[in-house]
Amino acid sequence: MIKISKIKMHIKIQKFLKNFAFWIVILIFTFCILNFNCYAQPISSKELLENAQEYDGKRIIYQGEIIGEVIERKDSVWLNLLDGDFAIGIFLKKDILPQIKFIGGYKAKGDLLEVEGIFHAHCSEHKGELDIHAEKIRIVKEGFLKEEKISFLRKIWIKYLSLSSFIIFICIILRNFWKRK
Amino acid sequence: MLIRPGIGDIRLIFYHIGKIIIIVGFSLLFPLFTAIFFQEKAPQIDFLFSFLLFLNIGLFLTLFFKIEKEIRWMHAMVIVSLSWLFMAILGAIPLYLSGHWGSFLDAVFEAMSGFATTGLTLAKDPEHLSMAHQMWRHLMQFIGGQGIVIMALSFLGKGLGGVFRIYIGEAREEKIFPNIIDTARFMWVLSIIYLLLGSFILGGILRLEGFSLKSAFFQGLFIFMAGFATGGFTPYSQSILYYHSFSFELATIFIMFLGMINFKLHYSLWTGNRKEFWRDIEIITLSFTIFSTFLLVAMGLSEKGIYPQAIALFRQGFYQLISAHTGTGYMTIYAKEFIKGWLGLAMVGIIIAMGLGGATCSTAGGIKALRIGLVFKAFLQDVKQLMQPDNTVLVEKFHHIRDFVLEDRYVRSAATIFLAYLILYFLGAIVGMLCGYPFLEALFESTSAGANVGLSCGITSPSMPTILKITYIFEMWIGRLEFVAIFTLWGFIIALVKGK
Repeated sequence: MIKISKIKMHIKIQKFLKNFAFWIVILIFTFCILNFNCYAQPISSKELLENAQEYDGKRIIYQGEIIGEVIERKDSVWLNLLDGDFAIGIFLKKDILPQIKFIGGYKAKGDLLEVEGIFHAHCSEHKGELDIHAEKIRIVKEGFLKEEKISFLRKIWIKYLSLSSFIIFICIILRNFWKRK
Repeated sequence: MLIRPGIGDIRLIFYHIGKIIIIVGFSLLFPLFTAIFFQEKAPQIDFLFSFLLFLNIGLFLTLFFKIEKEIRWMHAMVIVSLSWLFMAILGAIPLYLSGHWGSFLDAVFEAMSGFATTGLTLAKDPEHLSMAHQMWRHLMQFIGGQGIVIMALSFLGKGLGGVFRIYIGEAREEKIFPNIIDTARFMWVLSIIYLLLGSFILGGILRLEGFSLKSAFFQGLFIFMAGFATGGFTPYSQSILYYHSFSFELATIFIMFLGMINFKLHYSLWTGNRKEFWRDIEIITLSFTIFSTFLLVAMGLSEKGIYPQAIALFRQGFYQLISAHTGTGYMTIYAKEFIKGWLGLAMVGIIIAMGLGGATCSTAGGIKALRIGLVFKAFLQDVKQLMQPDNTVLVEKFHHIRDFVLEDRYVRSAATIFLAYLILYFLGAIVGMLCGYPFLEALFESTSAGANVGLSCGITSPSMPTILKITYIFEMWIGRLEFVAIFTLWGFIIALVKGK
């Protein structure tokens, strides 16, 4: 009886190991596919620029704030997305561009966009430029208008400096006048 | 025996510096008007404050240091070298107030890089900088390209005595007209005509390339100001890559060429004397050096095989090379690509091009084509002489505006400055290496600073060591004024301390 139960246990363990091995293989396979064709997590510009050759031709996800403006070229557009370190040019068809509300600049923090597309270390379509040809694009976070901080102290300084420059200027005029006399 | 400069000498120097500060201070009105136009309130305060500060310091110096005295060579050189230092410090104030520079030293670095037309930047997040501050950054380069003192000369006219000596002190040697004031004014008039034409063309290209009208106009203006001055600042950290336009890149190549040519050659071209252009030793030398350095870059890039097509190799290789040779520093690649893809022969080609620089009496920096041409010609003459019988004397000539006989004094002067630049590049590289950077990268960045180029392989950043920031500030200052004025300032300081 003990022997039979031992055999049964052994078979169970073997089955479990087989299943486990199967799922491990599936997991590794899935990981490899993801790794070679698309990176599920957004990749930083720093990582892309430092390993441009490795990512060349790969499907990637990249996130960044839209800066400058939307540059329209016939049926396509160029965007420049800044992720805090560097900005990268994104090339995409006009019809997939979402409604951009804020573009990054002095007065606004631009919309945070996420693009999925092919990264080119030296794009053959764009004569060697480093770019991403986006196939999917979405707004992750809407931008906002920034408030300007105006220094009260500087305003006071301006008054004093205006007064002192006026006084010095008058002194120079008086000095020249006395010299001529 | 060293003669200690008297109080009169110091008064004379600071009196003229005061005048220059006032004149340059008025240029702060441009960013102020830009701030008003774009309704940027904080920059309006910053620039009004800075303008008044310039005015106060300038007026104070002219009031308390006024003296009637002839400007000697020593005074002229000290006025020029100190003016540039003062401008870097004062010009940094509005930048620092914006909060986009980590420290005042970073802002001074930026201002020196601006006035010296280098283009290396320590700006944090320039994408969110106000249009007024962008105007100031690019205007500094436009003014610095022509020369701070040239600007003062154009406005002050007879008010500034000893003008020729001051003019020479700012690394200018040639007069277009017999009168220096007329020469200075011609340079400014020519630059403003080019500014109007160039901004219109660049703006037009950008408009056709999908930019809005207002943006196209201002981007065109900024890029022309920094491009013609062979400066290299751009409103965005991606440099010229931001625009994604081949036609725009071609236009900027043309503008960089304009900036690197001698102002006297511009005059010849404008007066219809086109033959003069191809006869000049500088143009012949530049043709040779551009071709040979491009060959190095192209071979280096082909060897690496990083560009898929010949057009891509030409676009990226030639653009970076011209940008380096003219001393501009515009980039269509990322700084990291120099290390990752260009390391080796291509990078060496770029370093050589940066070191050589453009023409004399232009907005470009570096050793300069005239000096390279003269040293090369002298070397050839020596070789030819060896081939002749002993009693034969060879007379070599060169053409630069007019015909000259190649004399030892010209060659000695050219070779001295040539050597001084090489020492400057290597000293900067040694400091870079002491900070832990590899030799080639340290040499690249040092040459870029010393030759006032502005290309970067990634070393220049707000987080780089303070000692390196100071080293590059000095390199930019010394490189722009071509040594003599700075050495005289050191001599002046030593005489103040040790003189009798």
